[in-house]
Amino acid sequence: MSMEIRYIEEAHPETGLNNSKLGIWLFLASEVMLFGALFSSYIILRVGSADWPRGAEILSIPMATFNTFALIASSVTMVMSWASLKLNDFGKFRLYMGLTILLAFLFLVVKYFEYTAKFSHGLYPSTNTFLAIYFTITGLHGIHILAGIIVNGYLWGPGSTLWTTKPEMFTNRVEAAGLYWHFVDLVWIFLFPVLYLL
Amino acid sequence: MSLKAFHIFFIAIATLMCFGIAVWQVVAYSATGSMAQLGQALGSAIAGIGLIFYGVSFVRKTKALHLSDI
Repeated sequence: MSMEIRYIEEAHPETGLNNSKLGIWLFLASEVMLFGALFSSYIILRVGSADWPRGAEILSIPMATFNTFALIASSVTMVMSWASLKLNDFGKFRLYMGLTILLAFLFLVVKYFEYTAKFSHGLYPSTNTFLAIYFTITGLHGIHILAGIIVNGYLWGPGSTLWTTKPEMFTNRVEAAGLYWHFVDLVWIFLFPVLYLL
Repeated sequence: MSLKAFHIFFIAIATLMCFGIAVWQVVAYSATGSMAQLGQALGSAIAGIGLIFYGVSFVRKTKALHLSDI
């Protein structure tokens, strides 16, 4: 006996949202609390410290600037992939989603070089409080980027077979992945000035 | 909030960040006189203006295509 999961394609009458969108927003609310706690820790540690180094003196601003633009570009390609599905153009969806994944990889490659440069100069999380919070927040953000690559990669590859049978459900999944991706990008937009510039 | 609305919000925040960095770099330039900082200020301001144009064009296109606001 099969049981149909309701309100996956159409909006729930009580919430006005389909369940996948409600689910992703509840998840993002928990993510706000996670990153919010880390940002709060950063502020408390910084305010309570007598000597706090400027990020610009230790970290690579050109690399971080490049990564900022890579993530902004990836948010554009992500929304384009969703819009392509809305316009019934699966080919363009594959193109834009592929570009999103490539830009995310590019971000992680640059991050790898940034981290290895720090390690080669003997700068580790144990070196000082600034580097401890820097590696914690950017490391956690990097894990979120990796999770986005896995989800988007699934939707680009094996998960895309759903388009042929249930296009509306597939489009909703891509939208939910897009909301997650925008959140991850938004976290970086706050991280960049806070850690690298101030 | 739909992906469309969240994208517009994201572009608005990214635009503010670009102009914020531009102002920050101009202030830093006035203190140090470093041409690199002036260049970064100019680059950030140009990126901010570019994002405004992109945001307006995105809103217009999605309206024309009747993409969902839900």
